[in-house]
Amino acid sequence: MTNDLIHATAAELAAKIHSGEVSSVEVTQAHLDRIAETDGKVHAFLHVDTEGALAQARRVDEAVKAGEQVSPLAGVPLALKDVMTTEGVPTTVGSKILEGWIPPYDATVTRKLKEAGVVILGKTNMDEFAMGSSTENSAYGPTHNPWDLERIPGGSGGGSSAALAALQAPLAIGTDTGGSIRQPGAVTGTVGVKPTYGGVSRYGLVAFSSSLDQAGPCARTVLDAALLHEVIAGYDHMDSTSINAPVPPVVAAAREGLSGDLSGLRIGVVTQFSGEGYQQGVARSFEAAVSQLKELGAEIADVSCPSFDYALPAYYLIAPSECSSNLARFDAMRYGLRVGDDGTRSTEEVMSLTREAGFGPEVKRRIMIGTYALSSGYYDAYYGSAQKVRTLITQDFAKAFENFDVLISPTTPTTAFKIGERANDPMAMYKADLCTIPANLAGTPAMSVPSGLSDEDGMPVGLQIMAPALQDHRMYRVAAAYEAARGAFGGPSL
Amino acid sequence: MTSLVELMDYDEVIEKYDPVLGLEVHVELHTNTKMFCGCANAFGGEPNTNTCPTCLGLPGSLPVVNGKAVESAMRIGLALNCEIAEWCRFARKNYFYPDMPKNFQTSQYDEPIAFNGWLDVTLDDGEVIRVEIERAHMEEDTGKSLHVGGATGRIHGAEHSLLDYNRAGVPLIEIVTKMIPGTKERAPEVARAYVTALRDLLKALDVSDVRMDQGSLRCDANVSLSPKTTGALGTRTETKNVNSLRSVERAVRFEMTRQAAVLESGGEVIQETRHFDESSGTTSPGRKKETAEDYRYFPEPDLVPIAPSREWVEELRLTLPELPWERRARIQKDWNLTDEVLRDLVNANALDVIIATVEAGAKPDEARSWWVSYLAQQANSKGIELTDLAITAAQVARVIELVNAGTLTNKLAREVVNGVLEGEGSPDDVIEKRGLKVVSDDSALEKAVDEALAAQPDVAQKIRDGKVQAAGAIVGAVMKATKGQADAARVREIVLARCS
Repeated sequence: MTNDLIHATAAELAAKIHSGEVSSVEVTQAHLDRIAETDGKVHAFLHVDTEGALAQARRVDEAVKAGEQVSPLAGVPLALKDVMTTEGVPTTVGSKILEGWIPPYDATVTRKLKEAGVVILGKTNMDEFAMGSSTENSAYGPTHNPWDLERIPGGSGGGSSAALAALQAPLAIGTDTGGSIRQPGAVTGTVGVKPTYGGVSRYGLVAFSSSLDQAGPCARTVLDAALLHEVIAGYDHMDSTSINAPVPPVVAAAREGLSGDLSGLRIGVVTQFSGEGYQQGVARSFEAAVSQLKELGAEIADVSCPSFDYALPAYYLIAPSECSSNLARFDAMRYGLRVGDDGTRSTEEVMSLTREAGFGPEVKRRIMIGTYALSSGYYDAYYGSAQKVRTLITQDFAKAFENFDVLISPTTPTTAFKIGERANDPMAMYKADLCTIPANLAGTPAMSVPSGLSDEDGMPVGLQIMAPALQDHRMYRVAAAYEAARGAFGGPSL
Repeated sequence: MTSLVELMDYDEVIEKYDPVLGLEVHVELHTNTKMFCGCANAFGGEPNTNTCPTCLGLPGSLPVVNGKAVESAMRIGLALNCEIAEWCRFARKNYFYPDMPKNFQTSQYDEPIAFNGWLDVTLDDGEVIRVEIERAHMEEDTGKSLHVGGATGRIHGAEHSLLDYNRAGVPLIEIVTKMIPGTKERAPEVARAYVTALRDLLKALDVSDVRMDQGSLRCDANVSLSPKTTGALGTRTETKNVNSLRSVERAVRFEMTRQAAVLESGGEVIQETRHFDESSGTTSPGRKKETAEDYRYFPEPDLVPIAPSREWVEELRLTLPELPWERRARIQKDWNLTDEVLRDLVNANALDVIIATVEAGAKPDEARSWWVSYLAQQANSKGIELTDLAITAAQVARVIELVNAGTLTNKLAREVVNGVLEGEGSPDDVIEKRGLKVVSDDSALEKAVDEALAAQPDVAQKIRDGKVQAAGAIVGAVMKATKGQADAARVREIVLARCS
């Protein structure tokens, strides 16, 4: 029974809970047990909120028993990335500088999840301040990939994806600044969606790079991701960059896709994302996916987006610039860590000692890059040029979408690498986000759906699907159709 | 330490240098809520009560622009004859300071909402100077630091500091002039007159409390000296903490004499922020910074650009009230005032209260007479501004009404005003409490007259004999008997009638 519950999809669990076949408390307990049993190995969670989860599950069970109409995912457990504020529950963003901070307010995403009756199991591990592609930058130790515990689960949202792959939760929330949902999804064999920028409120999302950060759904199936997408998306007056438009019909699109027909759909293969640096097994998996999409009736052709070659350097100017400012508030004055306040030191010294002790090396590196890039005399050459590249990338997308409904590429150039392998080589680490960054810079939606396992190392590979802004539903349709055609590819054994 | 600063004689300064002014005024808008969140925008209050995740800069919080503040900024821009940007953005000004919750201030940088305007400023002698406005932009205020244990109340040398974030996020408009050259010996006066004119304008727009003493209007004065011999621009200093109109004038004057002395002794004026000390009337350097401040401005990514439609701008233009200078021109014409009289009223800060008194029902002459004489004396003896007297224009109008109705004599009226100033309530309350009503009951007066005539039979006889001037003695006796609460003219009529 427990085994069935942790293997079930969110849609299946919701149906069972709402029909009274199983209680949310049973489902929640099964997942809590699974976490207790496996998280010693995986370390997907930074904080498990057993009491809060069971209390929410009981509320849903009572509502179901009372015959109340409940929301589509009510009673289903979820793992929440520790970047989202949770009232009364610790939020560390993977950093020592926020150790012990208990937010006094819920992020909009958190609030929407609670209102929809979703059961929040706890907070998942992440690279500190979402800066990284491996979760190795977490101040609380790395998360391990359930497919191979010696390998990284991707990052920054490795905790959320690992929790899904480890059957600790059927749903998770991630945030994606340069690929932090999609890359972990790809390397853990799970689905990860970065919605259109502005599609999901950023209120309560502890900012890394404001113009790039976007929260999104993570799941093991496309339909589950779509169901979660509709719970968290929508205009929020608390976020000025939130889009005041109807939520794209992603659930309907996912259901439509499951019919398996993509006749007449035009798919462009981005030529920039192939060749040197792409692992053979990843390339072969991608080619197989292209063939399957053709069989589903899609028309597929190559498309060149030349500016995408400059996406990575542009990203590593814009994101650090914004983070250097966003992270300035961590100064020991109002919350979080305070170091060196012995009554003899000045405010500046306490601020400095706290930031020295509280931030990890990658965070410091990016704060320094960003501070430099914004400094007077260098602004135009660095930040200014990067913004121009951003415009060019947006134009490349627009041009490509004149001829294609969606674009595809591998999600990452390689499968999950070994823990420690790239820890001392930031450039190699940054390349994990090569294919995912353009969609962040353009603000367009993109997702990763598993394309099976690499034939050389048996690790999962991701297929990235990109769509124009506010056309999130297009990629769900393609992903669902492809997922059905692809079939099962097994799972990790823990 | 400031006493050691050498100063040059003012006349000598003017002989050798041309002062160049630049004024930056920060005005706190009195919107109901803060610039980027829904917290109450209120002065005072228990520390850290008007706060929320956004104005405390908590992780994850985001700003949302207060539309009313944008509207106020645009109205200020329009009243200052500025162009209103078709598209503008907020920018982050990055620097670390404990009273700034995010360690950046959300402000505007190279894309202000209003720019290229002017304000005509009338000096004490009636001369009008046009001050050009560089820009007016929106930003948020910081919190307040209270430095405890130091000698100066400044952060340097303090034992510890207390932080109050109630003010953090209050909407501010910063209004910056272009360089103001050519003011010569009148530079200090021009500075004061500009801030005065701006204050009156902001008051008329009803966008701010404009209380310099409470910090809702703050002025930074930039001063530099250009040697007449070369005409080259000098290095400027920026004097902060100038908390009254008089201080603006004093600070500019002090800086001119100080900078001239520095230059005269062969030194260089250091470009720095200086701090004005109200009690000594001097400026002293702010804390030295080892490196030049680099604010690393960049567009605020948490906010979307503001693109006011031209229709909106024109709608707002129609909401502009009668501006102070328009009002003055109208009043001068309507009341038939000479330039000199008008200027005296303006300089005495009396015009607005007189107009308000007239609007409350008094005649212009009566209103003027009260405010420029008796009330001006009261303000003067208390050492406060006329407008800070604890009496409203409506109350003055009521006193005038009661005098005209014969209910109060002028002498009684002054007593009523005193009562109001002393906090005894409205004029009617004071009359009630002090029992100050004129005795207008003729039978009571007749009785008092009869008693006075009986008491002074010889005088009574003189009156009966036709010596009308003798009536004064009886009138005086009646006034004394009624404790001044009778209408003397009426008493006289009764006396003459009794003796005829």
